[in-house]
Amino acid sequence: MARQEKKKDVVIVGLGWTGSIAGIELAQEGLDIVALERGHDQDTVPNFEYPQQIDELKYGVRLKMMQKPSQQTLTVRRNDGETALPYRSLGSFLPGNGVGGAGTHWNGLNWRPQPVELKLRSHVRDNWGEQIIPEGMNLRDYPVSYDEMEPFFTKFEKVAGISGYAGNLNGEIREGGNPFEGWRSEDYPMPPMPTTYDASKFRDAAKAMGYHPFEAPAGIASTAYVNPYGMQMGPCNFCGFCERYGCYQYSKSSPQTSILGALKRMPNFEYRTKSEVLRVELAADGKTATGVTYWDEEAGEEVFQPADIVILSSYQLNNVHLMLLSGLGEAYNPLTGEGTLGKNYAYQMNGGVSMFFKEDNFNPFVGHGANGQVIDDFSISQNDFGAEGFIGGSYWRSGTFNGQPIRNMPLPKGTPSWGAGWKEGIGEWYGHAMSIGSHGSHMSYANNHLDLDPTYTDRHGRPLMRMTFNWQDNDLRMNQFMKRKMEPLAASMNPDIMQAGFKDIGAQYDVRPYQTTHNTGGHIMAENAREGAVNRYSQTFKAHNVFAMGAGNFVQNTQYNPTGLVGGLAYHTVHAIRTQYLSNPRPLV
Amino acid sequence: MTDLPGYPSRRSFLKATAAGAALSGLALPASAQQTPKPVSLDDYQREYLNADEWAFIMAATARLIPSEGDGPGALEARVPVFIDRQLASDYGTADDWYMEGPHDPNAEPARGWQTPLNPAEVYRQAIPAFNAWCQDTHGANFADLNAEQQDAALTSLQNGDVALAPELREFWGILLGNTKEGYFADPQYGGNHGMQSWVYIGFPGARAAYREWPERHNVKYPLGPVSISGERA
Repeated sequence: MARQEKKKDVVIVGLGWTGSIAGIELAQEGLDIVALERGHDQDTVPNFEYPQQIDELKYGVRLKMMQKPSQQTLTVRRNDGETALPYRSLGSFLPGNGVGGAGTHWNGLNWRPQPVELKLRSHVRDNWGEQIIPEGMNLRDYPVSYDEMEPFFTKFEKVAGISGYAGNLNGEIREGGNPFEGWRSEDYPMPPMPTTYDASKFRDAAKAMGYHPFEAPAGIASTAYVNPYGMQMGPCNFCGFCERYGCYQYSKSSPQTSILGALKRMPNFEYRTKSEVLRVELAADGKTATGVTYWDEEAGEEVFQPADIVILSSYQLNNVHLMLLSGLGEAYNPLTGEGTLGKNYAYQMNGGVSMFFKEDNFNPFVGHGANGQVIDDFSISQNDFGAEGFIGGSYWRSGTFNGQPIRNMPLPKGTPSWGAGWKEGIGEWYGHAMSIGSHGSHMSYANNHLDLDPTYTDRHGRPLMRMTFNWQDNDLRMNQFMKRKMEPLAASMNPDIMQAGFKDIGAQYDVRPYQTTHNTGGHIMAENAREGAVNRYSQTFKAHNVFAMGAGNFVQNTQYNPTGLVGGLAYHTVHAIRTQYLSNPRPLV
Repeated sequence: MTDLPGYPSRRSFLKATAAGAALSGLALPASAQQTPKPVSLDDYQREYLNADEWAFIMAATARLIPSEGDGPGALEARVPVFIDRQLASDYGTADDWYMEGPHDPNAEPARGWQTPLNPAEVYRQAIPAFNAWCQDTHGANFADLNAEQQDAALTSLQNGDVALAPELREFWGILLGNTKEGYFADPQYGGNHGMQSWVYIGFPGARAAYREWPERHNVKYPLGPVSISGERA
């Protein structure tokens, strides 16, 4: 018999970026709110303090800020014919754990999608015709447009504290910014970060080839800053410990730095850690939720938390899992196209070139996660899909992000991986290498989807989620296009040695090496219940008082890091709850 | 080997001194900690490894990162201590990993860690199996082979030419990975003694404050490393 807690107006499942946004915005309405967080509590002080945080082994390698597979994981297979096997130790992607979630350990790269990315199927249809869409690709428009979303992107960027320089200010293209971005109603809250040596070399080479370099938009403070909630950031000192770490000096945007300090002071908000939500409970008629049941780790018992509104704001994979377990929609069937949960899972297609310069000192440890100069000249809005034979694009970036030597030790191909030759290689090349990365879009396909595993269970006896995912030719062709374009640029910089790393046609998904924690889709937005799990306000079609936020909403992945779109959609959703739903709870579409 | 285990190599010491000399005008505070002289590797009290395993780890890491040439070897860096402590920790027992069955250790490598064994168990079972292979192939346990034979045996292990049970397939990967971790991790974990590897490559360790450096282009950062506990080198 589950313990029952006092009813709340709102229960929030997962206290990362979107849960924190929902918490503070709905708390401002005077609602009584509880957030349930599976992991531990953590804050800048004492958890991210210097020097304990500067520990590559503990956080970078043993991943002590991440979700523990022993607590929660999934199974993976590359196609329907393969038996899915558990993702037993973390590799390819790193969901976060604890208060702040993945928003605590991210790199801080904050992008808006390009306007055409939100209407990509229409963009393809209008310019080349739908016949160029490959068989099996579930190419879709988002049910929201860039123009509608613009105020919410701006709002998130002010809260998160983003450094950058607008390239398109109300339609005016400005030298030094990104000329290919969507219009901005205001400039970035902070000026751009300074440019490191490697980034300056890339910038100069890109300019010489007629491209349009700009400083990457960074969730990293370039100056002292106070955000709309009164939260303060201090300027970044390029410590080189962003990704996989909490920021020790309030410089990196995170739920802790940007929201939680203000939210925790609100008397109508409380949060409970080590509280893992097991399922959303539906009313007898199946049309609304009555609350959630969670596992109270300390008490060792199940607890029912009744609430009028349920906000699902855990990591994308965990949101989809919870929705599958709770019957918040039907599981997607790739053969019939029926069902919506688990549909359009997508990822990211990345590649890059490493360059070695014997005489140059790059000081790779002087950096931050969102450092670098970028070009968008091969972005989605710039590519001729019909001529090139793929749908997609990427941005390229060069800039030091960390020099942590266990993981960041680029060596020329042919250097032995051990022995005297390896030791000589690390002495010769550490600090003398730079790279350019291509961060590319990933489309959605019938073949790539999420459902429940028939064999493996978690510690509560629930089936694990099963991921069916492999690389697809369209995105691999995009990647090879980037390789062909990037190699001449890299060569123009006259490195002593250069080498490219881009997956080619036929590449199979390998769960071992870290690739990216940009898992998207699975509870996608759509115009109707047949095509997606949630509407344009992230409201589930199944139960109108359940809202599912985060990258699970993405109909396909953009070419950018997802946080800017995740944050914008979260503000769009809470705005709708505040202005349309609270006064008259109902399906908003 | 010209340097004794447990002591910084002379070459690294000289390099460290040279780096220190570049810090003209930077006074070392009186509280700066010196690296304490540790117990020798021969007298080290093991936490997980038995005597045979220790002998193997000493010999294998000494070939994976040898002492000759510039920079410390694995023994000067006390990598064996690091590995022993890691295997005794929640890494060795895979506490954070999902280890429920069924297991398919024959799955192709791209499917990730699929053996039912945790890292500590992989070491425990793989070392005697590899030693048996060394005896069959080279006539002695790994630790008793000469350096050339050891390198040949490790190359066979790396290339999958040593017929280990599929449950032990990850052995090479974690042996090499843990060795490099012990070489580069903060000294609090038992390896990277005296931060010699950081001095060697020019990584400043836990300094993590470079506010004035992003726009000093192509200027080599001059300061030596500090550790989390406050050691300097």
